[in-house]
Amino acid sequence: MAHDVHTHVRSQTEYEYKRRRSANEMRSHVTTFAIMIFLTLIAFTMVYAGFSAYFVVPIILLLAAVQVVLQLYYFMHMSHKGHDTAQMFLYSGVIVGLIVIITMMTIVWW
Amino acid sequence: MDLNTKYTPQSWPDHPENTTLEGKNKFVGFWLFLGGETVTFASLFATYLALKNKGPSGMEFTTQELFELPLVFIMTMLLLTSSLTSVYAMYHMKNYNFKAMQAWLMVTVLLGLAFLGFEIYEFNHYVHLGFTFGQSAFSSAFFILVGTHGAHVVVGLGWIILLMVRNAKRGLNLYNAPKFYVASLYWHFIDVVWVFIFTVVYLMGVVG
Repeated sequence: MAHDVHTHVRSQTEYEYKRRRSANEMRSHVTTFAIMIFLTLIAFTMVYAGFSAYFVVPIILLLAAVQVVLQLYYFMHMSHKGHDTAQMFLYSGVIVGLIVIITMMTIVWW
Repeated sequence: MDLNTKYTPQSWPDHPENTTLEGKNKFVGFWLFLGGETVTFASLFATYLALKNKGPSGMEFTTQELFELPLVFIMTMLLLTSSLTSVYAMYHMKNYNFKAMQAWLMVTVLLGLAFLGFEIYEFNHYVHLGFTFGQSAFSSAFFILVGTHGAHVVVGLGWIILLMVRNAKRGLNLYNAPKFYVASLYWHFIDVVWVFIFTVVYLMGVVG
């Protein structure tokens, strides 16, 4: 299974570069996490404040969508190279899922 | 080359999760699975939205009376934080630091267990109020949607714990790195679903 694996031993400089790069990426993940917490706080506060449903619902749905995109693209690395197949599978799922939701909503509200 | 070959931080590949053919296959197969999971949860959300607050005439349960936001807020924070701790675990996996990875996975598992504890408390509370699974179309749709997510949390916890125990003495290699990576993807996906649950079920339920 692993015949095609080539081991490359990094020089000290290469190794330090790799460590620094992944540390930078980790720092950006913590920032992403802070943004996600912030979006969650906004959503809960808006509901608590008791604004009109027509105002609150679209905004909290939008906040959820943003948070999910952050989760998928940063925490699940979909922004990295080599994720074309992954994106195809996930977006196919999202499209079919949206059709299901639209269908059910149409049946109920018609 | 043997999959159990020992590495050093200097020789550990940049992408240990898909360096081997087995890892690549796992990676692609798992994303296909996540696409399917998206459809599963979308159908459950559609069912829930269609049946929300619907039931026999004179039904006394509505989302406004049932849901308590402080509890949901705590559960959201627990699951969101556990998502970050599993990112930390994968960060250490890529740096070939097995002990640190196991430690962060342990924190992830503990946060997941806390989340599960709150969910069990919540369901138990509803059942005692008389809001049981068979009470109304609304209650069935609610318990199926949130319960399926809870079942995913249980599976995710079992998965991560088994990986940690099974590989405790082996250390990191190209055989188990894809396994840890895919388990962490699954855990993130559980959080993705929860984002929609707390928004669509709880927040939109309280708003009306």
